Amino acid sequence: MSPAALARASLLALLAAAGAACDGEGSSAASRDVAGGDARAGRQAVAARDCGACHVIPGLRGPRGWVGPSLAGFGSRGYVAGVLPNTPENLIRWLQHPQEVAPRTAMPDLGIEPEEARHIAAFLYTLR
Amino acid sequence: MRAGPRRAAWPLLLLAAPLPGCAGSETQSVLEPLGPEAALLANLSWLLFAGGGLIFLVTMACAALAVWGGEAQRRTLGSRRLIVAGGIVFPVVVLTVLLLETLSLSRTLGARSPDGGEPLRIEVVGRQFWWDVRYPGASPDDAVATANEIHIPVGREVELRVSAGDVYHSLWIPSLQGKIDMVPGRVNTLRLRAGEPGVARGQCTEFCGAQHALMAFWVVAETPEDHARWLERQRLPAGEPADEFLALGRRVFGTAGCGTCHAVRGTEWDGRIGPDLTRVGGRLSLAAGALDNHRGTLGGWIAGVQDLKPGANMPSYNTVLDGPELRAVSAWLESLK
Repeated sequence: MSPAALARASLLALLAAAGAACDGEGSSAASRDVAGGDARAGRQAVAARDCGACHVIPGLRGPRGWVGPSLAGFGSRGYVAGVLPNTPENLIRWLQHPQEVAPRTAMPDLGIEPEEARHIAAFLYTLR
Repeated sequence: MRAGPRRAAWPLLLLAAPLPGCAGSETQSVLEPLGPEAALLANLSWLLFAGGGLIFLVTMACAALAVWGGEAQRRTLGSRRLIVAGGIVFPVVVLTVLLLETLSLSRTLGARSPDGGEPLRIEVVGRQFWWDVRYPGASPDDAVATANEIHIPVGREVELRVSAGDVYHSLWIPSLQGKIDMVPGRVNTLRLRAGEPGVARGQCTEFCGAQHALMAFWVVAETPEDHARWLERQRLPAGEPADEFLALGRRVFGTAGCGTCHAVRGTEWDGRIGPDLTRVGGRLSLAAGALDNHRGTLGGWIAGVQDLKPGANMPSYNTVLDGPELRAVSAWLESLK
């Protein structure tokens, strides 16, 4: 192979390797699959409960509040409520019992049942 | 004459696109009447649609004949007789009939119903950007104050006496009646009646400021028994908080100064600048139809009013309340059902 061709091939190989790492996964490599969670049902639940009153939620019509953090890119976020690692288990726990996770949080306990929490979690993980 | 470039006709089909939006689950449509007055208006609307549609088709047919018709047809179309008949006699007759029909309808809609009986009088004052609703009652003790929601008994004539507190507003419940302007310093009257139980949505229809588009309200038509029960409940003052957390919420309501603007009967707070909150937890919505009603949306509203309705007269309380205080006052307001 000529030196130019070799250089070109090396450059291409390097770019391919770099490209493979750029899949937009965010900070954590943990799996964000929610067993038993239906993202569609979660989206409906989020709309029905008007979570937008406090949170900006991409793709949802209705109120866009800034009282709580925007949920854009939540699926890539490292921590839940700035306290717990962002895993399905922790997210579901946060949705159901916010005050147990962060006692001084402004987020209310809305009496969300485990099944609904799973669906909401599945939906939130689609926001990347 | 050279023919111009051919244009595609399919974009005209887009004009039909808005039609599916007419049917909705919240009844807010002139074409879905819930009472006799609205039924009269709906009939007139359909008459105009059908008549107008027919006249349009005939006119388009004449235009087509004028462009592509034979020599004899085009001469007939251009004849003086047809122009006088179609261009003067026909419109004068049709419009006169419509005018008389509409004047008679307006008189019917504004008149007291002939079957006697005292109408239920409700005072509604339009304010930026909410609806101040009061039922005067026989005495001041009987008076009920609520906001953004009007409850009426089915079958009984209702008299809405409307005015405005700041700028012009206009009250419109499409499924029940026509529009009525709300003019500062003047009381206008709208008479309506619900023919069946149901929930209708109303809107402000006179541009009144930055949040005019988020100024809706609900009309709940219920059986006379349910309505009497609702009125009775509304008259009750707020009860004592059921637990320590709710008691904290009530204290926060005081220390944050909410009582300056909002009244809660049964407490020392009787502000009249904002909506009466005595039974706010039981309403169908918050913020004039903009939000669902539970402790979550209450918190979002209180802490972030200016994000949700910039320009509203209430400030955002995120600067004043910390997390637990916000949750407590939201829970207390939610408990006022």
